[in-house]
Amino acid sequence: MVAPAAAALRVVRCGGSSLHGARAVFSADSYLLCASGDFVKMYSVATEETLRVMGGHAGPVTGVQLNPHNHMQLYSSSLDGTIKLWDFMDGIPIKTFTVGSKLLALYALASFEDSVFVVIPKSGERDTFQLVSVKLTKAAGQDVEAKELSVVLDGVDASPKYIAFGREGEYVASVKEVNLQVYFFKQKQLNRFSVSAVKTKSGNNQFTCIACHPTEDCIATGHADGKIRVWRNFCHKKEYTYSTLHWHHDTVMDLAFSVEGTSLLSGGVESVLVLWHNESDCQKDFLPRLGSPIEYISMASDGTLCCTLHTDNRITIINSNLRFAKSIQGLIKSADVKTGLVVDPRTKALVLNGEPGHLQFYCLQSDQQLFSLDIVQRQYIHQAGLNQADLVKVAFSAQGKWLATVEEREEVTDPELQLKLWFYDEETQSFKLNTRINMPHEDHITDMCFRDMDELEDDSLILVTTGRDCVFKVWVMVEDTDPEAQQSVSWSCDFVGSYHNYQATNCCFSEDGSLLAVSFEETLTVWDSVTWDLKCTFCHPPGKIRNICFGRLTCSKYLIGATDDGFLCCWNLLSCALEWSAHLNVLVLQPDPLSEHIAAVSWLSKESSLFVFKPNEPRPIYIQRNLCREKIQLAAFVPRDEPETIGTEKYLWLRRSQLFFLTDTQELMTLSTKSLQERLTPSSKQLAVEESLPVTPFSLLLGKHRRQQSQEDTDLGKLFVRSKCEQDSPAVKELLHTPAHVLPSASFLCPIFINSLLISKENKRAEEVADEVEMESEKTEDDSDEERDVTEMEQEDTSPLELLGETTCKLSKSQEKELRKIRKMDYSWISAF
Amino acid sequence: MATYKPVVVQAFPKLGEKITQDTLYWRGYKTPVQIKEFGAVNKIDFSPVSPYNYAVTASSRIHIYGRYSQEPIKTFSRFKDAAYCATYRDDGNLLVAGSEEGSIRLFDLSGRAPLRQFDGPTKAVHVVGFLSDKYRIFSGGDDYSSSLWDIPSGTEIISYNEHTDYVRCGCASKVNADVFITGSYDHTVKLFDARMKSSVMTIEHGQPVESVLLFPSGGLLVSAGGRYVKVWDVLKGGQLLVSLKNHHKTVTCLCLNSSGQRLLSGSLDRHVKVYSTTSYKVVHSFNYATSILSLALSPEDETIVVGMTNGVLNVKHRKPEERKENSQKKRQPAYRTYVKGRTYMPKQEDFCVSKPVKHVLRKYDKLLKSFQSSKALDAVLEPPIRLYTPEVTVAVMQELHRRGTLRSALAGRDEKQINLLLTFVARRVIEPRFTPVLVTVADMITDIYQPVVGQSAIVDRQFLRLQEAIGKEIDYQEELLEVLGMMDTLFATFTKKTATYLEEKKSNGLTETVETNTN
Repeated sequence: MVAPAAAALRVVRCGGSSLHGARAVFSADSYLLCASGDFVKMYSVATEETLRVMGGHAGPVTGVQLNPHNHMQLYSSSLDGTIKLWDFMDGIPIKTFTVGSKLLALYALASFEDSVFVVIPKSGERDTFQLVSVKLTKAAGQDVEAKELSVVLDGVDASPKYIAFGREGEYVASVKEVNLQVYFFKQKQLNRFSVSAVKTKSGNNQFTCIACHPTEDCIATGHADGKIRVWRNFCHKKEYTYSTLHWHHDTVMDLAFSVEGTSLLSGGVESVLVLWHNESDCQKDFLPRLGSPIEYISMASDGTLCCTLHTDNRITIINSNLRFAKSIQGLIKSADVKTGLVVDPRTKALVLNGEPGHLQFYCLQSDQQLFSLDIVQRQYIHQAGLNQADLVKVAFSAQGKWLATVEEREEVTDPELQLKLWFYDEETQSFKLNTRINMPHEDHITDMCFRDMDELEDDSLILVTTGRDCVFKVWVMVEDTDPEAQQSVSWSCDFVGSYHNYQATNCCFSEDGSLLAVSFEETLTVWDSVTWDLKCTFCHPPGKIRNICFGRLTCSKYLIGATDDGFLCCWNLLSCALEWSAHLNVLVLQPDPLSEHIAAVSWLSKESSLFVFKPNEPRPIYIQRNLCREKIQLAAFVPRDEPETIGTEKYLWLRRSQLFFLTDTQELMTLSTKSLQERLTPSSKQLAVEESLPVTPFSLLLGKHRRQQSQEDTDLGKLFVRSKCEQDSPAVKELLHTPAHVLPSASFLCPIFINSLLISKENKRAEEVADEVEMESEKTEDDSDEERDVTEMEQEDTSPLELLGETTCKLSKSQEKELRKIRKMDYSWISAF
Repeated sequence: MATYKPVVVQAFPKLGEKITQDTLYWRGYKTPVQIKEFGAVNKIDFSPVSPYNYAVTASSRIHIYGRYSQEPIKTFSRFKDAAYCATYRDDGNLLVAGSEEGSIRLFDLSGRAPLRQFDGPTKAVHVVGFLSDKYRIFSGGDDYSSSLWDIPSGTEIISYNEHTDYVRCGCASKVNADVFITGSYDHTVKLFDARMKSSVMTIEHGQPVESVLLFPSGGLLVSAGGRYVKVWDVLKGGQLLVSLKNHHKTVTCLCLNSSGQRLLSGSLDRHVKVYSTTSYKVVHSFNYATSILSLALSPEDETIVVGMTNGVLNVKHRKPEERKENSQKKRQPAYRTYVKGRTYMPKQEDFCVSKPVKHVLRKYDKLLKSFQSSKALDAVLEPPIRLYTPEVTVAVMQELHRRGTLRSALAGRDEKQINLLLTFVARRVIEPRFTPVLVTVADMITDIYQPVVGQSAIVDRQFLRLQEAIGKEIDYQEELLEVLGMMDTLFATFTKKTATYLEEKKSNGLTETVETNTN
């Protein structure tokens, strides 16, 4: 396949999309379907793998619902105003219904034959929404207009959590602020209830979510102050009752009834899943420490599983007995990626902030989290407004043997700051804490980098940290003299450097490790890394230095700096002079570790642009304007396992490594030269489906059979066999659908069928067997009229066997011969009956 | 799903001296016994034979003390003026002493009157001693001479007039009966051989020599003078091996311990330092009340006796070895329970089910796990934790502060509990490792209990104590800052040169960049 030479680079999303669009849905055969950004993702519950990504929507997906009349189909709604019907097992869009206005939530019910409910904004008014039912026409064609809307409820809220349908679709309940409205479809009656708006310290009692009992007239609502109210008798306007359940101290984020309705699940910011038995306050079970606030709770239709969707894009699958079962985690979203994007040299995984206080190692190939390293090692309290220690800086040594982390807790009076150094333990295959340094700097640490030019000598390993307390510190490994100490080395401060009492902002080592560049506000200083003498200074007033990096390989004599007043400067270290400068508001400056190229991402007039250049020439090699609409904060070059073949010289910079970047909304993007089709159907995904099927004796047999078949197919390369197979398949069907009473007895058909199978193995023996069958068949007699039908069927019956290969093709001739003999036989005696 | 993570109690590296084998060994002495002598104690010598009596020379008397007696068991007081350097012979039967008037007297320990009196020196004799053949005595005195005397005849054998100043110390070799050394105020140490007419070796110490010592092997020589203790290799012709400068006043006395592994030096700076004779590093240090003139260790290091300038004799006895015997042995389960099932080898078809490791949480962790802040704080204010592991208490307080529940945990306490809390805070707030947390705690307590001040005398007193402690600490800090300022001015003069060098470099760099910009 020859790629067109002028194929443009495409920006491809490769992970981290928000899963918050809608509740996840369990399919009948235990797959999990989730809205993920513009896509619908299908996960296998058994293996936690992403099996399929269904794309096609032009906006974020807001609702995912199984088709109540066909459990192999799925409805999804999106902000682009369309409802799509999918065959999710094959990942094929069946139909697209265009509604026209933004769809904010989707509900599909079994009791409504051909319509679904969606929430759309009310035309002409801002921030008011209405629940409408959409008639899905059965017209042919892929794209269908669905304009037949009828308003069910007015003044509803936008989130899918604010509306719930009661038992068998008899009523719909919706909450907004402090009002609850229930609409009964049959009676066409609308009841409104409201709770008094009370504002307490812990929040107000506005409604935040709603769930309806599956079998009784009962509604559970969650409130912002952590209470759950269970409403009954709401068919009467006055005599309604409610009881209150209170455990959550913060907002109740979602509620779900169990399938039988005997218990209620609730979750919130505390990241504890609470199971209320019989809607009573005293009987409850907890599943604590789920990692992050719970956003959605959904139950499987058979009630064996339940899953929680968390704010950090993680899915937890929980058994019916409230036991943690599995966790599906891609790129964990953290509140603020302070560590930047770092590549682990050992696993080539992307390393960044994960769970609070953890470092996540994210595998780019499988879109899965490899592992999460607990750095802070303290219990994280899920409570709004608490200031807790988090990870702010991470650095790896060149071979990934050492890891340095900085964690801090911002506090007005005493900021807590810790520098930790971790050693990679080969035995346990994980990082082990080696040294902990309390308060390495008196103020925030702004940057950190390792120097290791020669891995063989461990002495050359040096860590430099820069701080807002106007100094940079050099940390070195020292051997412990005490023989009783558990570890042989520890880290200690070796040198403290400062420059005119300016805040140190960035640091960077040259490729050979001989020079250290430290930026102090407006000035860039270069230090000798052996004697720690100040070698020279550069500055480009009045801008403060934002990013610095050294050139690599042939360009190692250059030092690049970006200032915050929008200049990119390149200094020559040999002549100590400015080589060139460009006017560019650079946010991210990222050198490729394997080539001379440097990527700079700029932010200008509400769009990010990418510039790739070599330091020795001021003209960029590649420019991509309008990379994305969001601000790009972080980028990283990830080395490829093997260099890619790239046709055009323009994209040569992508040969050795791939550029990934993270947007404000924490979506991971990359640049790809491949066309859309190539990326969308990776064969491994297809195989994954088959592999994920449970292993039964039958599947083993079938699998063997198929493998054989595919081998023979490829060996012989005979296309006509395949074409025949396609023609013959209806014949098999016909055989199978023919009433049993018109078929000859099974004992008659079976040997033929079986023998044909046996024949395929060995020619000669098969013929002998066939002869025997002939002998036997002569004894049996049947009605001639019916017999003709049967033989025809049988002739057809044999043909699917042809797909076993050429051998069967040949052999079927002998069979035909034999069958012809059968036809010649006299079955007239049957008419005597 | 994560399990509960217990509170991290910060371990701080122990500051100050490290506990080593040596510190344990040298700390193993009882509280000293102080004996008042008539004048400055210039020499202490232990009898080499048991019961290890020791002779103390002070003023015009020589007192013999028994091992544990605080009163002298014998006194030699036939001196008109000061006596010097009473020394035992190797067999412990004879004692020799010099004197201010110039005579050297030899005493039998059983008698009272001197056996011999060697008259000859015209000036005070400060150092005398037996050679290792037991029949000769060497002496050194203020007449700059070093002489050798014969005991049986009571006559002078030879006299060396090589020193040019007072001879104040000397020592005989234990391996060679003819060799002795003397140290003098002329900054030299001289080695004499009785068979030669003149000194065999002269070592230049550099300061007036106060004390000399030969190692039992005779190969190494230690001299003390001025602030220095120097070790010389005699066999290499008097080469300096190491020079120790660990005292800040004149070193007056030297002594080896019984094994020869440690060297002790006493000084006018009131310290006795113990050096290892392999690494020559100070391994331990004793502190005394006044300047030290003399020092002796009994055989087996049973007793350290130190004589001071004010005439006080300080005697330390070693503690008896502690017997480690568990008197009340707990009744333990029978041996059978331990070995039960241990010897079972799993067969091939057996499923091995490992026992899950149960993590036992401490009480405060259990309470913190269930968010019971006040109770968790109560748990760490229990006496054993509060008194012996205050870092745990502070760690829990910090954790509560992190969770934002410290205020509510501190609030609502009665008089007794507030008293307890304030006592803890006032005591620990000045420890640097706890200060950041406890300042916050103290701040909150004063905030919370401000309205009830004046209602309880106990609480008021604790508040005053807290105030006092903090006030004192602030004063200390101010003083320290003053000292730091002084030191900075001193250091500034040292680093001036390099600073100017850096300044030049910086200005160069700046001008260059300005130039490039204009280009």
